[in-house]
Amino acid sequence: MAGKIFAAIDIGSFELELGIYEISPGSGIRKVDHVRYALALGSDTYQTGIISYQRVEEMCRVLADFVQIAQGYRADECRAYATSALREARNNRIVLDQIRVRTGLKAKIISNSEQRFLTYKAIAGKDAGFNRMIQKGTATVDVGFGGMQISLFDKDALVTTQNLPLGVMRLRAFLNRLQNGSRVSRMELLDEMVDNELFTFRKMYLKDREIKNLIATGSTVIHLARHFTESGPGEWISAGDYREFYRRVTAMSRSQKEDVFGVSPEYAALLTPSAAIYHRVLELTGAETMWVPGVCLLDGMAAEYGEETKLVKFKHDFSGDIIASARVIAKRYKCHVPHVQTVEKSALGIFDAMKRYHGMGKRERLLLQIAALLHSCGKFVSVRDASECAYNIIMSTEIIGLSHRERTVVANVVRFNRQDFSYEECGEDSMLVAKLVAILRLANSMDRSHKQKLADAKIAVKDGDLTVATSWEGDITLERISFEQKQDFFEEIYGIRPVLKQKRRIK
Amino acid sequence: MAAEEIYTNPKNYVNRELSWLEFNYRVLSEARDKNIPLFERLKFLSITASNLDEFFMVRVASLKDMVHAGYEKPDIAGMKPGEQLEKIAQKTHELVNVQYSTYSRSLVPALKQQGLRVIVNHEDLTEAEGEYVDRYFKENVYPVLTPMAVDSSRPFPLVRNKTLNIAALVKKKGGEDDTLDFAMVQVPSVIPRLVEIPEETEGRAVILLEEIIERNIQVLFLNYDIVTAHPFRIMRNADFSIDEEEAEDLLVEIQKQLKKRQWGEVIRLEIDERVDKRLLKILKRELKVDNDDIFFINGPLDLTFLMKMYGMDGFDALKTPKYTPQKVPALMNDDDIFTNIRKGDIFLHHPYETFDPVVDFVRKASRDPDVLAIKQTLYRVSGNSPIIAALAAAADNGKQVSVLVELKARFDEENNINWAKTLEKAGCHVIYGLVGLKTHSKITLVVRREEDGIRRYVHLGTGNYNDSTAKQYTDCGIMTCNPLIGEDATAVFNMLSGYSEPLGWNKLVLAPLWLRGRLLRLIRRETEHAGKGMEAHIIAKMNSLCDKEVIAALYEASCAGVKIELIVRGICCLKAGVPGLSENIHVRSIVGNFLEHSRIFYFENGGSPQLFMASADWMPRNLDKRVEIMFPVEDPAIKEQVLHILEVELADNVKAHVLQPDGSYEKVDLRGKMKVNSQDQFCEEAKAAVREKLAEQEPKDRRVFVPAEPQEEIQEEQ
Repeated sequence: MAGKIFAAIDIGSFELELGIYEISPGSGIRKVDHVRYALALGSDTYQTGIISYQRVEEMCRVLADFVQIAQGYRADECRAYATSALREARNNRIVLDQIRVRTGLKAKIISNSEQRFLTYKAIAGKDAGFNRMIQKGTATVDVGFGGMQISLFDKDALVTTQNLPLGVMRLRAFLNRLQNGSRVSRMELLDEMVDNELFTFRKMYLKDREIKNLIATGSTVIHLARHFTESGPGEWISAGDYREFYRRVTAMSRSQKEDVFGVSPEYAALLTPSAAIYHRVLELTGAETMWVPGVCLLDGMAAEYGEETKLVKFKHDFSGDIIASARVIAKRYKCHVPHVQTVEKSALGIFDAMKRYHGMGKRERLLLQIAALLHSCGKFVSVRDASECAYNIIMSTEIIGLSHRERTVVANVVRFNRQDFSYEECGEDSMLVAKLVAILRLANSMDRSHKQKLADAKIAVKDGDLTVATSWEGDITLERISFEQKQDFFEEIYGIRPVLKQKRRIK
Repeated sequence: MAAEEIYTNPKNYVNRELSWLEFNYRVLSEARDKNIPLFERLKFLSITASNLDEFFMVRVASLKDMVHAGYEKPDIAGMKPGEQLEKIAQKTHELVNVQYSTYSRSLVPALKQQGLRVIVNHEDLTEAEGEYVDRYFKENVYPVLTPMAVDSSRPFPLVRNKTLNIAALVKKKGGEDDTLDFAMVQVPSVIPRLVEIPEETEGRAVILLEEIIERNIQVLFLNYDIVTAHPFRIMRNADFSIDEEEAEDLLVEIQKQLKKRQWGEVIRLEIDERVDKRLLKILKRELKVDNDDIFFINGPLDLTFLMKMYGMDGFDALKTPKYTPQKVPALMNDDDIFTNIRKGDIFLHHPYETFDPVVDFVRKASRDPDVLAIKQTLYRVSGNSPIIAALAAAADNGKQVSVLVELKARFDEENNINWAKTLEKAGCHVIYGLVGLKTHSKITLVVRREEDGIRRYVHLGTGNYNDSTAKQYTDCGIMTCNPLIGEDATAVFNMLSGYSEPLGWNKLVLAPLWLRGRLLRLIRRETEHAGKGMEAHIIAKMNSLCDKEVIAALYEASCAGVKIELIVRGICCLKAGVPGLSENIHVRSIVGNFLEHSRIFYFENGGSPQLFMASADWMPRNLDKRVEIMFPVEDPAIKEQVLHILEVELADNVKAHVLQPDGSYEKVDLRGKMKVNSQDQFCEEAKAAVREKLAEQEPKDRRVFVPAEPQEEIQEEQ
């Protein structure tokens, strides 16, 4: 059999989930089993900052069961990812170790952007719907218990993503404090609270972008909406249908909700706040259609695994998303576009020319490209302290598709573009950072004057030297001086000396 | 009165215990039916007796508990526990009288006519017979008897639940005083109750063991004179509720309770009607029984021995010929069961069709190298169950085997605990039921890794996975590999293992969470349709109907003009055909050779009918306290078959009793009608289906050779 069985485990804030997937080139990714166990790790973490012994005990017992189930399916691989509850717990290392000792699972804590990226991958895995959708202005909304994520597409690339502190649990806690208010006034307050947060987002990021479609994931109210809208069950819900659904949900008492939707009382209590978030986002963006692909983190893990094992291929270009996001960030911080483009081109030129000598691959090339695109964003805050500011900007901007570690690499590359390089400060990826810094510095020096003089320079390795040959006829003194300053560092890293040559035509 | 009030008024409901007694009367009427072969009538009488025993141990016992606890809540028909007990006492005494008049006045004489002499009193033995009996006593009975006398130094002995005993008043030989002592001896249960006496002349004769003991009782108390001796039997409170929240391990708790059971309060005393008053007084005092709970019996106690009599060989002409469950046409080929299921859903109708495919399904799965997992719920399994053996073998073969063994199946606990242990030893993952819920659903899931991916095979049924009751109970089942049902089945087992409910269900409807709501919606949809002038029709077949909410919905539907036909074998708390309440409701009960057990629900749904089968009756305990599964029948051919079952049962005029507005049941007037006996008809149809299939496969009648199709499923052969 060509296919593989993959077991994905999500150690979430309110649930432990196991998904068994069958992945094959022929039929793609198919979910075979989905096991859920309610365990509120989050309530420990969010209240006390640590996960209690009892919960760890319970968690390990369930996870050991999950491992058994996975073995029952003879899974080829089993992965476990933990999200915010474990991420934010102070004792997370001990907990991870306990999990490893007791269940044999090597669970990994993933960052918010990694988590969202996986969900996003799962959506993109649903090729047909996804590609059709992102042709027009599209936003994705992923509502969780602790917060929500909104991402925007430009053409067919995802360009901006923001995490807003609008989680279902938070809103519910807020509503509980309003027990005495009438239903109408409570609903108004809820709307207002959601709108407050969304308003800033609109002003900063949405601007005059036109959103036609909304991709909704996360909270399961949205699954309910699929089944209870007027036009019958389906993944596509019109804004009108959703509005009607929302009106019905808010008019119902909790016990009615239990009856009509067949959910547990605890869950019924969460319906209104989560329905409200989607509702406000829909109103705010003015989207006409909502697509509910019904995916979860597990699906994303399966997609990731499928991609790694080359069992499935995505039509969507995720690197394209990252590059487009970086461009949007550069634009937001008013980077000098022609300069940035030149540096990007030169950096990639050097990277490609050096391919045989640096031993780096596609992913590193992408990181270099992002660093080049963002190398001057710090000036927006302070021209003098540009490096430090750039580092901070990058570290606090989520770029969907980059892991936390990769983001740190990019931020460090940008920082040491101008600061003196320090191996100590770059942590475990210092070698990679150094390599990329050497290239970026050189590329940056080649446009010292910001006049794109060396824009069409030819870059190649000849006789042990990296020659940059330009046919620019004007003065390149500035570039030359700058270039020579970077030569030593470059040679120190690669053992190859860069040489700048200006070809002059004889007049 | 407002409409809703009519629907829920207790006046419009029947007490479930009284309705159950009506059912036992229906069974008794089979024993009285002269059109039925004599030995079958014995069997029915025996069934009424064992039914009544269970009724006392469970229902009467729990009502007594309520009275003791001062629980005053009226039932569905507005009766308090005390009132119910009164009515029950009256009804059961009547019933017992009818049982014994049937036995003594019609069955015993009829047996004699057929050459079987039942010696009622040992005094009736001839001399030769007497000698034989006495030798039999000396050689076989005497060694196992434990006579017990009560005096100042020996306390009153423990009388075990449901055992037959002989009580006697004895007087010391040569004693100075006239004091009478109490003595008793248990009629041993290890020796057959029915003893055949060899006859010199034509015909055969039998006598009951207690008569033999009574005849020889003097031997047991050599130092005493026997003043009087009579058999008696008691019934104790056997229903218990376990506090599961506190029980560390359910298993341990039930084992403890099993030991306690024999110590329960005495709720019924059966004794010979000619009993000596002094003897009765002692028994009454020592056993603490009320007058209402004493049954004076004119005949042998505990008529369940009649089942043994039924089993005597040599009377085949007086029994209904034994029916052999037929093969399932869809499986009459050389392909294995998985291949056959892949060809299309397979419908099974037991006992007309054999239960073997279900056993075969588990057995094949246990050996098949491609099978990853087998999951099953077991409620009541038979002794030596081939299914248990197959599951254990599967675990041995490295499959993941999960079995939910329901320990709370009434009276079967000991049996179930043994199986559960066997399975655990074999390496199966055994789940001992769920706290607060009985798992009554019947579902088997086989997960198989095939060439084109993982495929799930599911068997869903209305009856237990018990190969021996499957020969007696009419049940339906479906085998399918429909991925939507497979997904749901996986989710069911995840829930049973303690995991959260799935995000949604595709096809299955589960109790206790969703089934009640779904049923009510289905009924109310018919009501709505009737209101719009559309055709509205409900047909439902089940064992018992006593859920108030459901019945109220049915009343409402009837008033809206929905045609409702119910086939309810046992308890029915609904009143049928009452003007202004249930004119459109027709209720019938079929009591025949096989125990009607399947649950089938049909809803007209405005012209696109929906058909379901389920493990659940429409009773509060099924809808609220049990894990049950209702599943749709969607394959058009199977739908037709299932609908046919309902149609034939609705046409039955031989074994059907129709519920009258006054609450009584009457058989259909046969004049001018073709006799329809649904169970016989299904037997014939099953046989015909096999003949037809064989004819199809038989090449000799054909003049043309048919080239075989290429074998597509070659990889399935091992």
